[in-house]
Parts: sequence; structure tokens; C-alpha cells
Amino acid sequence: MASIDIQNVKKAYGHVQVLHDIDLQIKDGEFVVLVGPSGCGKSTLLRMIAGLEGVTGGEMRIDGKRVNELHPKDRDIAMVFQSYALYPHMNVAGNMSYSLKLRKTAKKKIAAAVASAASKLGLDPLLDRRPKALSGGQRQRVAMGRAIVRQPKAFLFDEPLSNLDARLREQMRAEIKKMHGDLKATSIYVTHDQIEAMTLADRIVAMHGGVVQQVGAPLELYDRPANLFVAGFIGSPGMNFLDATYANGNVTLKDGTVMALPAPLAVADGAKVTVGIRPEHVVMGGEGSGMAASVDLVEPTGFGIILHLSLHGLAFKVFTLDRAALSAGPSVHVSFPAQHLHVFDDKGDRCVAR
Amino acid sequence: MKTSLLPTIAHRLAILAYVIFALFPLYWLFKVSLTPNDLLYSEGVRMWPSRTTWEHYSFVLQHSAFPTFFKNSLIVSGSTAIIVTICASLSGYALSRFSFRAKYWIVGLMLLTQMFPLVMLVAPIFKILTPLGLTNSLTGLIVVYTAFNVPFATFLMQSFFDGIPKDLEEAAMIDGATKFTAFREIILPLTLPGIAATLGFVFTAAWSELLFALMLINGNNAATFPVGLLTFVSKFSVDFGQMMAAGVLALIPAALFFLLIQRYLVQGLTAGAVKG
Amino acid sequence: MSMTADVYDRRQDRRPWLKRLADASEPYLYSAPALILIIVVMLVPLVVGISYAFRDIQLLNPFSGGFIGLEHFETLSKDRAFYTALKNTLWWTGASVFLQFGFGLILALLLDKPFMGRGIVQALVFLPWAVPSFLAGLNWAWLFNPVIGPIPHWLFDLGLMSQPGNILSDPQYAMWGPIIANVWWGIPFFAITLLAALQSIPRDLYEAASIDGASWFQRFWSITLPFLAPTIAITVLLRTVWISNFADLIVVMTGGGPADRTQIVASYIFTQAFKALDFGYASAIALVLLVLLLAYSMLIILLRQTLLNKG
Repeated sequence: MASIDIQNVKKAYGHVQVLHDIDLQIKDGEFVVLVGPSGCGKSTLLRMIAGLEGVTGGEMRIDGKRVNELHPKDRDIAMVFQSYALYPHMNVAGNMSYSLKLRKTAKKKIAAAVASAASKLGLDPLLDRRPKALSGGQRQRVAMGRAIVRQPKAFLFDEPLSNLDARLREQMRAEIKKMHGDLKATSIYVTHDQIEAMTLADRIVAMHGGVVQQVGAPLELYDRPANLFVAGFIGSPGMNFLDATYANGNVTLKDGTVMALPAPLAVADGAKVTVGIRPEHVVMGGEGSGMAASVDLVEPTGFGIILHLSLHGLAFKVFTLDRAALSAGPSVHVSFPAQHLHVFDDKGDRCVAR
Repeated sequence: MKTSLLPTIAHRLAILAYVIFALFPLYWLFKVSLTPNDLLYSEGVRMWPSRTTWEHYSFVLQHSAFPTFFKNSLIVSGSTAIIVTICASLSGYALSRFSFRAKYWIVGLMLLTQMFPLVMLVAPIFKILTPLGLTNSLTGLIVVYTAFNVPFATFLMQSFFDGIPKDLEEAAMIDGATKFTAFREIILPLTLPGIAATLGFVFTAAWSELLFALMLINGNNAATFPVGLLTFVSKFSVDFGQMMAAGVLALIPAALFFLLIQRYLVQGLTAGAVKG
Repeated sequence: MSMTADVYDRRQDRRPWLKRLADASEPYLYSAPALILIIVVMLVPLVVGISYAFRDIQLLNPFSGGFIGLEHFETLSKDRAFYTALKNTLWWTGASVFLQFGFGLILALLLDKPFMGRGIVQALVFLPWAVPSFLAGLNWAWLFNPVIGPIPHWLFDLGLMSQPGNILSDPQYAMWGPIIANVWWGIPFFAITLLAALQSIPRDLYEAASIDGASWFQRFWSITLPFLAPTIAITVLLRTVWISNFADLIVVMTGGGPADRTQIVASYIFTQAFKALDFGYASAIALVLLVLLLAYSMLIILLRQTLLNKG
């Protein structure tokens, strides 16, 4: 197991810079998830850690040792690919033992390592099969097995679950989490799925446009998103954003609604800001409480209900567990609790209290 | 969908016409090779002679230099096929998996070699090989054929390599393989159909080559089958039965090789065509 | 994969120089055997061959070898046999490519439809391709031979010939002999490449077109042809160049005769080099052919580019 230090790392293809000054310290045994929309550079960063892409600038250290120039084979890391990348001409056992064979491990040791990994993953009856004869979920397990037999310094996962159906993905997600609990291996996991990020990570690294937007524990990103991008990316259904103006500890929406904030902000009076509130934090009340909003659309998800509302022309969503909302009339009363309001300045960064 | 009989029948008939057109000349070759000499003129255009004989074959095998030609052709074509396939695997891999400065120049050079008249090279190659003692030798032919076939074989192998996801060798490198080990243990085994196709293609091409074999070889000892057959034809132009028996013998290895690998060849050209 | 091709920031790159060199030269090492062969056996002789076009090189004449400037080209410009050969080359190439392509396309369309025994049929109809070209030439020469071949007798029975004669010795029709042999031999190449391209067309396009009410011909015209167009363009270009260089069938079947009626430029070069042993003159003709073919290829590529830019 090892720590991974990424200092000021850059990546450019010709004149196109795809990663800008990435700084990230990953502790021994930590599970870090790189999350962001496609094209944000998360996979490139992972592949640079693996050694599959060169480093244009900055320094990368595994276990304190500079690895910029090191070939992937000498980095002692394991990787689970999105396509699984199982060797089609080897059976399951062959796939799992290939790395050990390359290291000239003794046959007995190999057999023991493969057997123990196979039993952990429930692969024992499949050891003689070729990848072609396996289901998607089984292939995924073999890819995981190939990684764990090695006992490498770190595990890298490149969107490992995105080729699975929803149910299997949920199950494998839990298994990965359990496995990390058992092995305590340093892991870096790339995904575009914020649920995977939230459920798996010790720390999430949210990326956008080749720049790290925020690093923190899942709930920290959920509770205190550092900017509009993170606020919008984490959480489903996504956060509501409303344009407003700040003055004297209050924000005024376009329609003239004034909302008080719990504390005055470090922005000038009259500054344009964006107010955000998560759909699940909007409170619905009876007559006389809060503002009247008209109901545009009702989406029952089974677990809860998403209401699409508009307030004097401002569209926003509400999420509620209360089934009464299903029979809501043409309008409902809503209020935005001050402690759940997020305010972002005109650059999109979170405004802090004065 | 309604299936009507008429188009189906037309389709099968058209296919049948193609099969007949493709096979008839070969059938005729075989037929004449079995016709006894005394019946050749009286039954020249019959579909099947009233009597058949293997005597032409035994004559060709016993009283002519054809066994030597056959052996020479086998050595030349076999060695060429093996050497070309090795070279083309390496260069096709480089073109498929690396992006490097000279890549477009290499591709351009290889395309150019497909463009110019090879007859233009006859004289210079003859002049270059003579002082090296490589004219009139099988080695000389192998060298020349290898060079001629490497460009196309490279493109063929490249299209097979392109069909193998690069994830696989990345996975191998992370598992601890060097790039060359990944090439040898992961990529090459998966390219076996491509290797078979290339081997077969080059073998057939070398087996058929006539112009350079004529120019560079003089006399029977190092003559290949095409040259031998052609001298035979010009010398004994009336012994049709024997010539055709020799023709059938020349056909067998190439046809066998082709039937074995044609599936992979189609597959390889498919990859190439889809890409192009 | 671009591992070794990545542009490392030079100040950042701390790989030892030997390692850096090894990484950068890796693709060159892989291509080296092929490249060396091509350069030594093809490129160098090509350059030498071009130089021969300006020299007096006769194999049996020890006093030859001198530089003679453009003399070969002057001779060539007055060489009637060369002009005949040029005209014959156009005819030979045009007819062969057109027929090979036409029949190849039909065969590919026929094979694209699944039916029982398709694998075997495919192997059989592609078989002519495996026949060595010299043998294909001999085989067809025999088929045209009235003594042992059936074709003259069939033509006679159909009333197309006054008596069973050999068309290969008939100045008017002799060129058809090698062309037919070439078509027989070359259909598989077109059929294989076109079949491959056909099978890469998404099937649901046809289904969508059928639902929209398109007839077979409309589907062929609006889906199949546009999809095949790039493959057609490249294969026709390559084959045209290749066939105009392809002298085997003619050398074997007619040797250029009767009366030079089937002599194409490629076989003329061969005759000059092999029979007359005049390597200098042969190289001059070859150079002219090379320039013509390059000009043709450039023209096609430019034409394609213009069409693409328009579309």
C-alpha cells in the first residue's frame, strides 16, 4: 500500500492543454473518487498515474518515489478497465495469474493467490472458462480478481461499472466498497456517476475542464459545494439556481421576493449572485406559509415525488417524500429555509460569510 | 416480409453462373490432364473423355525437371511468406500502435511502392544482384520477393492490429509486461488469423511471380514453377496433356493454401475496407 | 497509443538520455526490417532505374553505360510501337477494370444475402484469385485454343465465327483474350473488398428505408452506393494502377502479338529489357509510365477531394 502525491501536474497534447496544475495528495489506504462530466480530464489523470500517458509537467510520486519516467510495469499498480480488457485467449485463472507469472512468482504461490481471490469474488466455478463464455458481471469480477491477486501498491478503477446494468452496478458498487474495507488498499476510482462517487469515496475530487474544482469528503461537497459546477454536479435531482441581487444580508430574486440569509456575506451590496437550493430542501406548506408557486409537472419516482414548479416565471424543482404532493392542486405553497441556501458570486464561486 | 420464389430462384441461378464461370477453366485444365493423348484430338471438346489416364502426371513427375521446380518454388514461396510475415507483423504493429514523426513518410513510401511499374526494377536489380552472386540463386529471389510483398502485408497486418483493443496491451503492461512482452504474449496470439491470412497471401503471390523469376534465373537448377512451366510450354507446345498435368500440380499448393486461409483473408480485408 | 510519442517537457524530463533514445526509437526499430528491405530492394533500384533512362545500358554490350541525356526520350517520342502500346494500355486497363468492378459488385451483392452453403460458394468463387497469374494465362490460352479448348467451337456453333479459330491470333479480337482472363482472375478482389464494405453497412438503415417504402433499387441507390463510394474510389484507383502495370497475362498468352495488337506499355518494357536486353530504353519507357500513373493518381485524388468538399 502506498500514498500517491500529485504535484502541479500538467498534461498537453501539442498545444491543447487538457490538465491544468493538478495538486492532489492521496493518503495510504484512502479511497479517492475522481468525478466529473466526460472530457473533464479525469481518465487522463488516472492513466497518467498508471503510466499509460506521459506527464507534460509537474511531478508524480508513488510511495514518495518520483514515477514520471517510470514504465507502467515498474509502478506496481493494478487497474480495472471500463472494457475489463480481459485477455481473450486465456481462461479466468490465466487472466488472474498473468501478472504473477510475469513476476516469476512460484507456481504454488500463484495457485494460492488465485484461489483466494477467486473465492472472495465467487469465481471458483469459472476458473477454466474463457472471457467469451462469461456474463458482463462475471467479466467485471475477473477484472477485479486480476487486480487483487497482485496485492499492488494501489488500485486504479476506470469507470469499471459503466458497462453493467443498473441492478448489477448497485451490487458491484457495494462489493467494491466492502472489498476496500477488507483490503484497505489505496484506490483511485474514476466515474461520471455522482452516486458512485458519493457512496464509495473517502474523498471526492470533482473535476471540470481539466481543473480540480473541489476536493473533500462526499458530504462536504454536498453540503458546501465550492462553486456552481460542484453544486450542480453533485446531487440528484440537481440543485435549483435562481438569479438574485445581494444587499444587507438579504438576497432579492428577480420577481422581487426578498430572502434573509443566516449571516451577511463578504460581497458588496448590489452584487449579482446566484442562489442555490437543493430540491429536497425546499419546504412545502399549507395555505399561508411561504410563497404560492404553480405546478407545471409531477414526476413520481416511487420512492419520492419530484414537482416542477414555477414562481413568477422562475422555474425550479422540489423533491418530497410526502405522497400528498401527488394530489397537489394547480398551486402549492413553498418556502426556502435560510440555512439551506447556497449563494455564489458572479464568478460562480461560493460566497463566504463576512 | 413476403418471400417470393422468383427472386430467390434468380439469385441462386446467378450464383450458380458465377460458380461455373469461376470453376470451369480449372475443370477443363483437370479434364485435359486426364485425357489420353490418342483421344485428345478426336474428343477435344467433350465434357469428359471416354477414357482417363494418369500417365501425363507420371511422365511429368518422372521424366522432367518439375520435381526440382516444385521444390524450388516451395522453398522460395515458403521462406518469402515466413520472412514477410515476420517483418510485416513488426512494421504493421508500429504503424498501428505508435504515432511517430516518420509514420506518414513510411506509409507514403509503402503506397508508392504499390504504384510504380515493378518491371522498371528488373534491370537495376539484376545489375545490383549480379556482383553479389544472387542472380541464379533462390536466395536472391527470396530477397526480392520479400521486399515486394512487405508493403501490402504491412497494411494487412496493420488492419488486424487495429482490430485489437489497445486496452489489452495496456492491461498487460500494468500487469508487469514490457511493451515487447505484451506484443508477443497478448497481441500476437490474438492476431493468429491475420498471420495466417498474410502467410497465405504472400505464399500465393510468391508462388505466382513470373517476370523476376524469368529475369533473375537462368537454367533449370534454380528455376521456379512458373518459369519451368513456361519453358516447358515453349519447348513442347503440343504435349497438352503433360502441360496441363504440370499446371494442375502448380495449382495445388496455392489453391490449398487459399482455401485454408480465405476466411481470414476476407476478414482482414474487411477490417481494411471498413477503415479505408 | 501515444506513450512514447508524448511530448515531454524537456526540462521536466529526467529520463536518462539512453532511455529517452530507446523510447523514441522503438517504432523505428519495429519498422526497420521492412524499411531496410524496401529501401534496398525497391527504392535504390528505382533511383538507379531512373538514372538508366538517361544512360546507354545494354546488357550484352560492354562499351555501353555512357550518359546520353534525353536520347531515349527522343527515340521514344518517334516510337510508333510505344504509341500503340499506350493506346492498348488504355483499352486493356479500362475494359479490365470496368468488367472486374461490374461483375465483382454484382457478386458481392449476391453474396451479401445469406443463403445455405454461402461459405462454400464464397470459397469457390474466390478461388480464381489463388490461381497463379501465369497459370491463369496459360489456362485461358488453352481454352481459346481450337485444338483442345471448347470456346472456339462454342463461338462457331453460335455462328459468331466462320470456323473454330483462335481469337488470340486474330488481330481484331486478340486483346479480348487477356482481358477475359484478367476479368476471371480479378473479380474476386473486387468482390471481397466490396462484400466487406457491404457487410459494414448498418442493417437498420435498410429496414428504416423499407418501412419508408423504398424499393430495392431506391435502397441500393440511396444507401448502398453512398456507403460503398469510398471503398469503390480507393479500390478502383489502386486496381487501375496495378492492372496497367500487370504484364503477366499478356506475356504468357500472346507475347504482345499478333502484330503488337496486344502489346501494352508494361509488356513492351519487359520485351525491351528481356528480349532486346536494352535496359536503358526499357527504363525510359518505364519512367514515362510511372509519370503517367502518378499524374493519373493525383488527378483522381484531387477530383475526390473536390467532390468531398462540395458534398
